[in-house]
Amino acid sequence: MCGICGVVVTDGPPPDRELVTRMIGRLRHRGPDGSGLYLDDQAALGHTRLAIIDTEGGAQPLCNEDGTLWISFNGEIFNYVELGDELRRRGHRFRTHSDTEVIVHAWEEWGEDCFTRFNGQWALALWDSRERRLVLSRDRLGVRPLFFTRDAHRIAFASEVKALMADPEVPRELDPVGLDQVLTYWSTVAPRTVFRGIEQLEPGHVAVLDRDGFRRRPYWSADFPARGAEPGQDVEENARELRERIVEAARLRFLRSDVPVGAYLSGGIDSSITAAVIARYTDAPLHTFSLRFADAEYDEGVHQQRMVAQLGAQHQDITVSPADVAEVFPDVVLHTETPILRTAPAPLFLLSRLVRQNGYKVVVTGEGADEVLAGYDIFREGRVRAFWARDPGSTTRDRAVELLYPWMANNPGQAPAFARSFFGQDLDPDDPAISHRPRWASTSAVKGMLAPGLLDEVVRGAGDDVLALLPPQSASWDPLSRAQWLEMTTLLPGYILSSQGDRMLMANSVEGRFPFLDKDVIAFANQLPARHKLNGLDEKHLLKLAFEDLVPEEIRRRPKQPYRAPDTASFFTDTPPDWLGDVTSPAAVADAGVFNPRAVQGLLTKAARTHGVRTGNTDNMRLLAVVSTQLLHQQLVVDAGRATDNHPPEPMTVIDRVQPVRSTA
Amino acid sequence: MERDQIRETLRDFMGDNYLFGDTDRLPADEESLLEKGVVDSTGILELIEFLEDRFGIEVAESETVFENLGSIGGLTRFVLAKTGATQPVG
Repeated sequence: MCGICGVVVTDGPPPDRELVTRMIGRLRHRGPDGSGLYLDDQAALGHTRLAIIDTEGGAQPLCNEDGTLWISFNGEIFNYVELGDELRRRGHRFRTHSDTEVIVHAWEEWGEDCFTRFNGQWALALWDSRERRLVLSRDRLGVRPLFFTRDAHRIAFASEVKALMADPEVPRELDPVGLDQVLTYWSTVAPRTVFRGIEQLEPGHVAVLDRDGFRRRPYWSADFPARGAEPGQDVEENARELRERIVEAARLRFLRSDVPVGAYLSGGIDSSITAAVIARYTDAPLHTFSLRFADAEYDEGVHQQRMVAQLGAQHQDITVSPADVAEVFPDVVLHTETPILRTAPAPLFLLSRLVRQNGYKVVVTGEGADEVLAGYDIFREGRVRAFWARDPGSTTRDRAVELLYPWMANNPGQAPAFARSFFGQDLDPDDPAISHRPRWASTSAVKGMLAPGLLDEVVRGAGDDVLALLPPQSASWDPLSRAQWLEMTTLLPGYILSSQGDRMLMANSVEGRFPFLDKDVIAFANQLPARHKLNGLDEKHLLKLAFEDLVPEEIRRRPKQPYRAPDTASFFTDTPPDWLGDVTSPAAVADAGVFNPRAVQGLLTKAARTHGVRTGNTDNMRLLAVVSTQLLHQQLVVDAGRATDNHPPEPMTVIDRVQPVRSTA
Repeated sequence: MERDQIRETLRDFMGDNYLFGDTDRLPADEESLLEKGVVDSTGILELIEFLEDRFGIEVAESETVFENLGSIGGLTRFVLAKTGATQPVG
């Protein structure tokens, strides 16, 4: 796990070595164990290293046998051992035991097709100095980040936006369309970001820049069989097969490491399964880490303790208070590099710090199970709404909403008639986003606070951007598959794996590994009949069935509790954070130009009056949108990421092949 | 309290509490507060609290229906009925 960056010029002088060195320094947190720089007349590749596999031999950038093909790689190829064996049989010779070198040989052997063979999580840049060709690639689901900015003369790329901002020529400006997407879907839709002129490579894509120009194409996309045409219809057989694949995925992620691997334990079923699989199917000692909350509404400590006792794991937890959330929040936004509508990433920042303090660099987590195996409430809502849309007169619809939310303290079920009309809005049985309309509509309410100038630019209807990307065959999918596709295209890469995932982990130099996002797990899960995943309104039905013996019934059967942290309440305790007044002052709000200063003052006054007690969902999102956007503007637009300036981590390896300039005399 | 007074009190509350002064966005009397994005499914609890505090009425769960709480017009009629003689829906 690491940070990558680089510059390739298509005409003009060689890349600026000093600039690329600055870019590397800004990625120090992603790889504090060392750094590297490769430089020739046209290309520069930078790397910061978190040493996990082949800790002695795996330094980067790394090259092929004749030094013509160079790579800077962030991530893991978990099947590198099997791929290496196959490549050796085909005559490739290896100098290291790293997965990085396997990529180089796989590229030589299979070209762009190599990525479909990788089982892992990656963002990488390959530079073929003979062909003068840059290749960028990102894993299927977007576990690892990869941003770039380009013009007619060059491309610059990096794991994080702050490294691109090291170049004063890169624009520092928020993008209205990107903001509009975040205030609809909770994240931008790749390739867009919230920064004008900065793109991200779409998950599952490969991009090439060479003499023929710049082009990109998907090598993978989420696909589902037509409804009713799923190959396996036997629920018990499917449960057995699912279990086998998850066990293998968790084993790979636990054992393919030369440093010890820890595990997150949330108290829910997903991380309980990954931890239990490790305890049952490996000999590795198990060390688990958990988040607890001072506020009982969010705390899952009882369930964590129940699981720890069963696993016999060494266990550590950290209890997070509202003041803790507020204290780290500026750092959190410096790393999410996007506005966020909840504080939920902040406790995860504190948790990865705990992991690091305990000497761990790698953790396995349960992330992805909700998307791949249908755990979210939005899938249940979608099913209820589809049912209503088909049969608007049904008398049972009154009961359905109350079944949806047994967990919420601020429960819409407390005003059931109103909740019914909320979930009953925009009911069109042919709407491919029938599951997501309530969320997109309620999130879009935040846009009412936008500054008038920006509001004018935000003219398109919510939902259009992402629906245009739905593949044509999706019309034949089960509605659940469409809802899953929407989650896998928006929230999963743009928020869960990024703002709550990679960015919070790597801020403290910790790598996350996600068994539920294994290539073979997803391939199997996506072709399951929808009713095996979501049975009636029973979420993750098949997963519960598959691990009946490893996870106690009270955890399997407890109602799903979404991971949340105190939102508005975190910033309006008796001692609000000292930075809050500055970043949300009318002058700062006017300077950022995103929100209407008068509306912001109204919102802040209300929050100060209530201290965030019983604050509604929309107001929580409004406040988080304002606070995070203002922090983002301050740190990445006004300051252009300067807080992350740093020296490249030592030891630093430099390979400088720039030809001395010939005298023109 | 008179009808117009109730209506204005409600409009002031909506403008301050949900629209933060942006009163241009206040819906017409019979437009849906929900569809216009003024009140969300959790914001409704603030509304109920306000009704109980400001008008000294009690809102029963069976009365939390769209006809009563869904628009400024509906709310005005509901408050009038609860404080006067007209029978509210529910």
